[in-house]
Amino acid sequence: MARVGVITFPGSLDDRDAARAVKLAGAEPVALWHADTDLRGVDAVVLPGGFSYGDYLRAGAIARFAPLMGELIPAAEAGLPVLGICNGFQVLAESHLLPGALMPNAAGHFVCRDQRLRIENATTLWTSDYEAGQEIVIPLKNADGRFTASEETLAELESSGRIIARYMDVNPNGSMNDIAGITNEAGNVVGLMPHPEHAVESLTGPTTDGLGFFTSIIKGLVSA
Amino acid sequence: MSTDNVELAKQTPDHPQPYKELGMNDEEYGRVRDILRRRPTASELAIYSVMWSEHCSYKSSKVHLRQFGDKAPQTEALLVGMGENAGVVDVGQGWAVTFKVESHNHPSYVEPYQGAATGVGGIVRDIISMGARPVAVMDSLRFGPADAPDTKRVLPGVVAGVGGYGNSLGLPNIGGETVFDPCYLDNPLVNALCIGVMKHEDIHLATASGAGNQVILYGSYTGPDGIGGASVLASATFDEESQAKRPAVQVGDPFTEKLLIECSLELFHSDLVVGIQDLGAAGVSCATTELAASGTGGMDVKLDLVPLRDPTMSPEEILMSESQERMMAVVTPENVEAFLAVCAKWEVPATVIGEVTDSGRLVMTWHGEVIVDLPPRTAAHDGPVYQRPIAIPEDQASLQADAPTRLARPSNRDELRKTVLWMIGSPNLASKEWVTSRYDRYVLGNTVLAQPENAGLIRLDDETGLGVALSLDGNGRYTRLDPYAGAQLGLSEAYRNVAATGAQPLAVTNCLNFGSPEDPGVMWQFAEATRGLADACLALGIPVTGGNVSFYNQTGTTPINPTPVIGVLGVHQDVRRRNAMAFAAEGHKVVLLGATHEEFGGSEWAHVMYGHLGGLPPRVDLQAEAALGSVLITAAHETLLSGAHDLSDGGLNQALVEASLRGGLGVRVALGEDPFTYLFSESVARAVVAVRPEAEARFVDICEQAGVPYTTIGMTGGDSYAVDGQFSIPLHELREAHTATLPGIVG
Repeated sequence: MARVGVITFPGSLDDRDAARAVKLAGAEPVALWHADTDLRGVDAVVLPGGFSYGDYLRAGAIARFAPLMGELIPAAEAGLPVLGICNGFQVLAESHLLPGALMPNAAGHFVCRDQRLRIENATTLWTSDYEAGQEIVIPLKNADGRFTASEETLAELESSGRIIARYMDVNPNGSMNDIAGITNEAGNVVGLMPHPEHAVESLTGPTTDGLGFFTSIIKGLVSA
Repeated sequence: MSTDNVELAKQTPDHPQPYKELGMNDEEYGRVRDILRRRPTASELAIYSVMWSEHCSYKSSKVHLRQFGDKAPQTEALLVGMGENAGVVDVGQGWAVTFKVESHNHPSYVEPYQGAATGVGGIVRDIISMGARPVAVMDSLRFGPADAPDTKRVLPGVVAGVGGYGNSLGLPNIGGETVFDPCYLDNPLVNALCIGVMKHEDIHLATASGAGNQVILYGSYTGPDGIGGASVLASATFDEESQAKRPAVQVGDPFTEKLLIECSLELFHSDLVVGIQDLGAAGVSCATTELAASGTGGMDVKLDLVPLRDPTMSPEEILMSESQERMMAVVTPENVEAFLAVCAKWEVPATVIGEVTDSGRLVMTWHGEVIVDLPPRTAAHDGPVYQRPIAIPEDQASLQADAPTRLARPSNRDELRKTVLWMIGSPNLASKEWVTSRYDRYVLGNTVLAQPENAGLIRLDDETGLGVALSLDGNGRYTRLDPYAGAQLGLSEAYRNVAATGAQPLAVTNCLNFGSPEDPGVMWQFAEATRGLADACLALGIPVTGGNVSFYNQTGTTPINPTPVIGVLGVHQDVRRRNAMAFAAEGHKVVLLGATHEEFGGSEWAHVMYGHLGGLPPRVDLQAEAALGSVLITAAHETLLSGAHDLSDGGLNQALVEASLRGGLGVRVALGEDPFTYLFSESVARAVVAVRPEAEARFVDICEQAGVPYTTIGMTGGDSYAVDGQFSIPLHELREAHTATLPGIVG
C-alpha cells in the first residue's frame, strides 16, 4: 500500500483531515513531525492547512525552516510528490519549491466558502484523476490566499500549463489570473489554496470532488 | 521598600488599604480581617477582591442558581455536574462530551477584537481542563441597532475576533446567533460556547491532592494585561470611562493556545496529571485557591518563580493578571521530568512554582518573605452570599397590558407580499452569511451540520456515526415581557432545534446576561428566569450542567433586556440519518407540525414593523415540545423526511423561506382564511417538514401516536415561494432580500 506522509507543524490544523483523505483514497497516512529529520520512507507528502507558527512574520515563513523541510526540499527537487494545501502552499512558496507568493486576501479578511474551480492541468501527479476543463466544488478557507507573482513568472506559468486550477464564479481572494493552484516544472510539486481534503465525504463536505487529488497520487504510485 | 508581607501586616493593623478601589465594600473587607484575624497583606487583598468579585463568586446569583441542582431531573447521563470547569455528559459507546457557554460582554465592548477572541480562548481552556479535546465552538452575539454607528465598530471587531481566534485554533464554528436590538447598543453580548470530547476514563478535575505533589504553571508568561478584569470590568456598571479601561482587557494568542491544547492532551494521555485548572478570570489567584480548596487542602507557592513578560510586576499584579493561554497542573514528583519534556516538545514554557501540602493553608512567598497565608476555601468557596432585594419593575404591568392586538396588519395581498420581503430582510431574520463566512466550519472534518442549519451537528465516531448536536438560543424580548416564560422559551427553542436534526436532547448550559443585581427589578427578572429555567429543565428531563452569569449589563440605570442564552446538547445515534433543513426534493408534501395560535407579543413582526414590545410572549408548552421532539427524532432514524426546519423567530414564513433558499427549491402552500397568523405567529412546539412520498403513512402514524397536530399545507417544487390566493415570489427575489441586508449595513 502506498504510504503518504502528512507533516504536522506547530499550528497545523488540517493534518487529521488530510490523513483521513489519504486513508479514504486507499493509502496509508503516515504522521510526520516538523522537528524530525526523517521522512520515514514515504512515497508522497502532504503539507496540510493551518496557521503554522501562528502565521507570524508571514504565512509559512517560519515553517519553511523546520528541520524536516531540510529533508523535504531536496527530496521534492529529486521528484518526491508533494502537495501543499493552503498553509502548505504558503510553505512551498516560501521554500521556493513553487514560484510566487500568497498575500493577504484582497477583501482584507478570512473567507470560508464552497468554491467552484476548473481543473486546468490534469497531467500532474496530483491531478491525473481529473479531466482538463473539469469543474469541481471544494471548500476554500483562508486569510492569505491571494496568489501573486511577477509578470514574467505569470507568463511562464500560463504558457507552460503550470496553472492546475482556477477560481470560477468569483475570485475569492484577488489572486492573479484567478489562480487557485500551480505546479512546478516537473509536475510532482503542487500547491493549492482551496481544501480538497474537506471534500472527500458527502456527509461532511459540500461534495466528494476533492478525493481526486488523493486518488491521483495513489494511482500514480501504484503504476510507477 | 519591602513588599507588604504577613509580618508587616501584623505590625501595622491600621495601614490604610485600597479595598474600595478593588471593588470591595466595608463589610467584605471586615470579613477578610475576621478570617485572617489581622489586616490582609496587599497580595491577600488582591486575592480576596478578585475571588469575591461578582464575576468569580456568584455572590448575587448563588441563591438562585441552587435551583438547578435542587430541581435537577434524575439522569444517568451526567458524569460531572455543576461546579467543575464544565459539566460532562455520557453520550454512549464510551464517549463523554463536555460543553459550556460563557460571556465576554464587557471586554468586547471596550476592545471588540481582543474581547471576543479571548472569550473564545477562555471557554476553550475550560474544556481542555476537563481532559477533553475541543471539537467545535459556537457564538451567540447581540448588538445595538444594525444601522447604529457604534455597531459598525463593535460587530466587525467581534466577528473578526471570534473568527481570528477560533479559525487559528482549528475549531469549526458550527452555529450561534446574531441579534440586533437597541437595548444592546452600549452593552453588546458576546457569549461563546465550546464542546469537547473524551473517553470516560480521560475525565480530569480541578483538584490539588497528595501532599508533596508539585504545582506547575505552563503556557504563556504572565504579563500586566487584564489586571483586575474580573473585579473591575465584569463586576460593575459601565460608564463613560469604560473606554479608558482598555488595559484591563486581555490580549489573546491563538497559536500559543493551539500548542497548549495539543500539549495538554498529550499530558493527559501520558497520565502525567493529578489535577488541572485553567487560568481565566482572576488568574493565579483563582487557580491556586480553587485547586487547593478542592484537594488535600494546602499549597505552598513561590510566587517569584512565576515567569514574567515584565520583570517589574508586583506580586499583587501577578496574582490579578488575566494573561491568556496559561494552565496550572498538579503533578507527582516522579512525573515532573516527563511533564516538562512534553511541554518542551510543544515549545510550551513550564515552571514548577509550588507544592501541595496538608497544612490547610495557601502560603505564598516572594523572595523568601511570606506574603500570603490564608485558608483557601475562604477565598474560593466561602465568599459572601447575598439575598439581593427583589421587586417587580414598575412598568411590568403596563408593558404586559400593551398587547400587539392594536397593531395594524397587512390588509391586502400586496401588503402581505411586502411584509414577507420586509421581514426576511430585517436584520434579525436576514441571512447571517456575512458573519458565518468568516468562520471555518470545515476543519476537523466532522461537521455534519453548521449554521444556518437548525443546530450544529458533529460526528464523534467515523465507524458508528455517533454524534452530538448543539443549539444556542435566547430571546431578550420574550424575557423582558415575562422572565419566567422567556427563559423557558429559550430552552424550548434550543431543545426544538436539537431535536429537529434527529438528536435526543440530553443536557443544558446557560449564559445569563442581566443588568445590575443591585437593581431590585433586575434581580426580580433574574429570580424569575432562573426559576423558569430550572422548572423547564425538570419538566423536559435535561439537567443544567454548568454555565455563567453576567451581571451589570447596563448603561446608567437602564439595563439590557434580560437575556438568558440557553445551550442544549443532544446525542445523535447515527449522524448519517440526520434531518437537514433544506427542501431537497421536488413534489414532496409540506407538513406543518404543531398548533398555531395568534401570538404576537414580543414577536419579530411587532419588532420589525412597529418597534413594539408589549403583551405576553407565546405560551410555553413543554409537553408539546417533547412530543414534537420525539416525532422529529423518530422520523430522522427512519429517514422519513427530505427536510425539517423548526419554527421560531419570524414564524412559518421564515422557516419556509430558509428551507426553500437552502435547497434552491420553491414551495407552494395554502393557508386558508388567515394566512397572516399562520405566517408570522411565533407559537411554540412547531416545525415544518417535507415528507418522502413512500413514508407518508408511517409519518402520520408517528404524529398521531405522539399527539402532535399534523397539517398538510402544500408541496415542494418550482422556483418560487407561493401562498395560494396571496402571492408568488421568485426565489431570486427572496434571496436578494434575505442576503443583501448585512453586507449593506456593515460593508
